[in-house]
Amino acid sequence: MNTVNSTATAGHASTSSALGTVANWITTTDHKKIGRLFVGASALWMLVIVGVGAALGIERIASDSAVFNLNSITQLFAMLRTGATFGVLLPLALGFGIAVVPTQVGSKSLSFARLAMFGFYAWLIASGLVIGSIIANGGPGGGNPQMVDLYLMGVGVGVVGAIAASVSLVATVLTSRRTGLSLLEIPMFSWSVFVSAISLVLTLPVLLGSLIYVAVDHHYARLAFGGNKGIDMWLGWGFSQPQTFLYVIPAIGLLAELAPISARIRQPLRGAMLVGVGIVSTAMFGTVTQTSHVFVWSGSLIDKLKSAIPYAWFNLLPILGVVIVILLSLLAIQKGKKRLIAPLVPTFLGVGMILVGMAGNALQMIDSAKLSGSVFEEAAVTYIAYGAMLCAWGAIAYFGPALWGRKIPDISVIGIGVLGLFATVLAAFPYYLAKDQVAGEVSDFDYSGPQAVFNAAVSLGHVLMLFCLLSAIAVSIKSLSSGETVSATVWSDQ
Amino acid sequence: MSTTTSHALPSGAQPAPRSSVLVATSAVAAAGTMLMFGMLAMWFKFRDASPLRESASGKMIHDWLPSDIKIPEVITNTMAFTMVIACVMAQWAVYSTRRNDSSHATMALAITSVVGIAAINAQVAVYLQMDMGLTDGAYQTMFYTITGTMLALLVTGVVFSIVGMFRAVAGRLGDSSVMSAHALYWYFLTAVFVALWFVVYVQK
Repeated sequence: MNTVNSTATAGHASTSSALGTVANWITTTDHKKIGRLFVGASALWMLVIVGVGAALGIERIASDSAVFNLNSITQLFAMLRTGATFGVLLPLALGFGIAVVPTQVGSKSLSFARLAMFGFYAWLIASGLVIGSIIANGGPGGGNPQMVDLYLMGVGVGVVGAIAASVSLVATVLTSRRTGLSLLEIPMFSWSVFVSAISLVLTLPVLLGSLIYVAVDHHYARLAFGGNKGIDMWLGWGFSQPQTFLYVIPAIGLLAELAPISARIRQPLRGAMLVGVGIVSTAMFGTVTQTSHVFVWSGSLIDKLKSAIPYAWFNLLPILGVVIVILLSLLAIQKGKKRLIAPLVPTFLGVGMILVGMAGNALQMIDSAKLSGSVFEEAAVTYIAYGAMLCAWGAIAYFGPALWGRKIPDISVIGIGVLGLFATVLAAFPYYLAKDQVAGEVSDFDYSGPQAVFNAAVSLGHVLMLFCLLSAIAVSIKSLSSGETVSATVWSDQ
Repeated sequence: MSTTTSHALPSGAQPAPRSSVLVATSAVAAAGTMLMFGMLAMWFKFRDASPLRESASGKMIHDWLPSDIKIPEVITNTMAFTMVIACVMAQWAVYSTRRNDSSHATMALAITSVVGIAAINAQVAVYLQMDMGLTDGAYQTMFYTITGTMLALLVTGVVFSIVGMFRAVAGRLGDSSVMSAHALYWYFLTAVFVALWFVVYVQK
């Protein structure tokens, strides 16, 4: 009898403990947990976009391929685009920022932690609404009006959540730094998160305004904004370049932080590094104009200048920022001790991929190159999204020990990073060559030439990235539960 | 023990207070400004894209505001003036809070709330007097959307004032930065409303 009672008590205690843990996580105001919730949930979106990318590549291999119903192709491309930006890039930037920035600026907690938690829940609910609506024939170009409304509402809720989390980050950096730590002395990663958060606070409301117009018009009237077909035209800029540059600024900041730490040296020309990260945010001025700035070299000199100046400002200046960060990182490595920390590998490779994506976008915006509307622009998004995922792997390897007290093995960090590089190049580079293929289509293009090979390579790249992703998740879970424990001074290199 | 105490260094100066609420409100105000200015930019885009027609005075104008719709200018002008009064009241609340004057702070916040509600009432009166359907045309859809968004922001301002008033009634006036944040929010609301008033109700 006693045994029965004690077992029941133990079982009850175990259940209470599990419920307590769950309750603790879903009502937490601990910035490390909120950040991990963002990053963990974004991993689900990563699986979705990598899977959809692979399936669409397979669908494109041959003109008579029919993996999917052709009517669902528009929705799948919408899923890929929305997922890559709002499902992956945005929560990664916010998640790592929320988890790490308070610690780096010497604050015990995040300012307005409940606001950040609201941001997470809003984004999570929005993710469910967006995925559900697209599956049920909603999204841009969707055939079910209610589901299109639901998609618009989902994106709107997600944008509000992202603004809330960004406000929390901005307030943390500006008001919760330890005494004596000036804004220009904060670690480079925190600086990059700060720049990114301010950019998001200023650009996402513009997207929200357009979204409100389009949603009201779609639900009630469909007179002004083109109904379901107009969604991409009016809101597409929020899911493409240069807006995506603002989401990856923390990835660039991570490289700026890791390079001097790896070389055990103070960053040479730190002021220039701060400026380099800041310059990437000039993309913000391009996005608030809600249009793409194409470079057209025709007409009078004034016409050419009118085209060249916004093109250079919004598309080339952010590239200059990334180049400055990479060069100064190499300078730090060259001047310091020649040693390598594992998280630097995927981070460096990831930023390299982001740079290739940015350069591709700049090329695509040149009118005479005739790349706009081809799969070239899909490749640019893939480079940026997968590059950011590689950087996220570097961030998990570097910040992970401080978040959960255990270390990820170096060999796994480097191995998955290098494999991720191959996957990214394979998933994106063929589409830099296959400019005859139309973006967002699976069969309406000329199959003469190596198109089938290009599409097969892209599919293989996505499958390889899926493998990397699953491996990264498995390694992270294993290290979280049974990895090598680390001392309290996990960031002793800083 | 006493020796240790007598030789201990004095504690350092208190760090300068950093007003989290004020900074966060500034960020929200910046976001709200971008929201409304982005919507106004769309308004300009549609207005400029509308065809030209000859006005009653013989001038060529954009055929954006349907000729059968009349904007009740007295109400809209009164709304703009009302918003400025709300700012003065919000600043009075800051002034009273800094002097730890709970009764005046409460009165200032109560008047701010009432003035805000009056502005909301005026907006509803504008809707009733214009008597147009949301689905009647592109102008009508965009008019209701942009003014409706402004209305939602106004409601948040009134809620902020009412919460502040209850804090003042309860004597929680220690942190004047909350009142400063409240005043800042009303400045932001007034600034974006004046921009909207000029573009939508004056320029039409």
